[in-house]
Amino acid sequence: MTILRSETLPLNTDEDLVRLRRAVRARMQECGFSLIDQTKLVTAASELGRNALDYAGGGSARLEILNEGVRTGLRLVVEDSGPGIEDIERALTDGYTTSRGLGLGLGGARRLANEFDIRSAPGAGTRVAATRWK
Amino acid sequence: MEKIPILKLGDQLLVSIQVDMHDRLALALQDDLTARVVRDKARGVLVDISALEMVDSFIGRMLGTIAAMTRTLGAETVVVGMRPAVAITMVELGLTLRNVRTALNVDAGMELLRASMASEARPGGDDHPAQ
Amino acid sequence: MARHCSTRDFFRQMPFPPFPYAPKCKQVPRYKVPRYNDRDKLHRTTHGDLAMNDQFASKIAQLLAEDEKTLLEDWLREQKAGASWRPELMPEAELRRQCSEFLSLSSAAARSASLADINEAGWQAVRDFLADIARRRTAAGYTPSETASFVFSLKRPLFARLGAHYGADAAALSAEIWTATALLDRLGLYTTEVYQKARNEVIARQQEEMLELSTPVVKLWEGILALPLIGTLDSARTQVVMENLLQNIVDSGSVVAIIDITGVPTVDTLVAQHLLKAVAAARLMGAQCIISGIRPQIAQTMVHLGVAFDDVVTKATLADALVYAFRQRGLAVSDARLRA
Repeated sequence: MTILRSETLPLNTDEDLVRLRRAVRARMQECGFSLIDQTKLVTAASELGRNALDYAGGGSARLEILNEGVRTGLRLVVEDSGPGIEDIERALTDGYTTSRGLGLGLGGARRLANEFDIRSAPGAGTRVAATRWK
Repeated sequence: MEKIPILKLGDQLLVSIQVDMHDRLALALQDDLTARVVRDKARGVLVDISALEMVDSFIGRMLGTIAAMTRTLGAETVVVGMRPAVAITMVELGLTLRNVRTALNVDAGMELLRASMASEARPGGDDHPAQ
Repeated sequence: MARHCSTRDFFRQMPFPPFPYAPKCKQVPRYKVPRYNDRDKLHRTTHGDLAMNDQFASKIAQLLAEDEKTLLEDWLREQKAGASWRPELMPEAELRRQCSEFLSLSSAAARSASLADINEAGWQAVRDFLADIARRRTAAGYTPSETASFVFSLKRPLFARLGAHYGADAAALSAEIWTATALLDRLGLYTTEVYQKARNEVIARQQEEMLELSTPVVKLWEGILALPLIGTLDSARTQVVMENLLQNIVDSGSVVAIIDITGVPTVDTLVAQHLLKAVAAARLMGAQCIISGIRPQIAQTMVHLGVAFDDVVTKATLADALVYAFRQRGLAVSDARLRA
């Protein structure tokens, strides 16, 4: 699997989140993803990006265009050096939230992606990767 | 900061969300709408999201909050114009918008509001259960 | 094999299973069976002498250029004697032109790029040329094997040139022959890949057309749509069909859509879930989906599998669903004869 292109965006303000959504949409359109694929990953990006903003005060998002054999994919990696997640399994269950949100973000992002990976520990920040393949 | 325009049509308010809102803007809309419902004594609110390419849990929550707040203020809210890709994604995300009434477009939304207000006007008229 | 490069050592370098996303450390490659490329590297490190390897690389490129005339004639002879010689499909002059161009493109590529990786930029011209040949030959009626043989048949002539060049140096000759055969294998297989990719595109396009033909959305009345599904539903097809239905709902402004599955013999959990998701999505949009034509066997299977259809209006027949839909729209059907 090769990474054809990679770009990193900051995630520190509301506007950054909007820019992230636009960037994900634009890259996926360039790669020829279907409208549903685009909407799903853009929504996942919004959820994950907002998590970084709300819980860690900010972070960064990396967009990678992947190529594996004949298929193309877009991977979104959102990283922050915030407090980290103590119980990842619980965080992934719908409805669980430590803020005033709906608690659908993490689990929802997982359902919206073809591949999903999360690494986090208290005090060690959080790193979430979500990929959609064409 | 720019604000999302709210139009008054008789005793109904129409909001058409045309931009990809950042979170602050969404919260501002929530506040503005509630204030306008009171100020204009509105009985119905139509939120047109036909231009939205994405609805995430934040916007979903905003829509639910608007519906709940306006309801306590005596107005009914209908969300119209949801795109298929958005609807499919929301189902996957787990957003049900249970307490929000929806219609396919502005016409259908107005029809719904009219019917709802008419049934309320009837003596002993019941509240239509949310869809 | 030299101890520092045993197969087991090679495999041991790669953690299994690897974590694809290890924070703060280098991206670790996924566990994979070594392909030709890696085996090539393996082979080279066994010799341990890089200088000698560089010399190997340049000899093949050299030979392709210097001995081009001899190679060309031998190669043509080889193909004419072979099983894939089809003079009725391609005149000899054209074949000669193709062989000549392949030799010159390959010698240029071999001079500038690694012989072990034909995906490098230096081989682009050769790949494009082979792709073009593959497409033309497929259109002409060659089988993919015959097309690949175009490249494979260069082996014997090339080995003969190598043999003439290295004479008694068995070790060097065997190393060169290995490099040459690996290279030509890759190039030959590339033509097969091009062929397969083209076939897949045709199949995908035909599937799309079939899908459009077999799942039309019909308007039963103002504001009432029907989607009669026929045949086996698989997960992919169901998704596409549902997306299509939702778009139709928006375009026609229909508030009721009837999904009729009378013509569907079996419904598994995955398909049932897609149906339910479509119903939920339609509701979010402001329309209502009714599912009709659920046969007793399907109903049993659904209950057995624990699929919950509680929130969804279901009817046994399309007729029942239509009656329900009319009622939802505030319509009533009356007998015209009675009014007279």
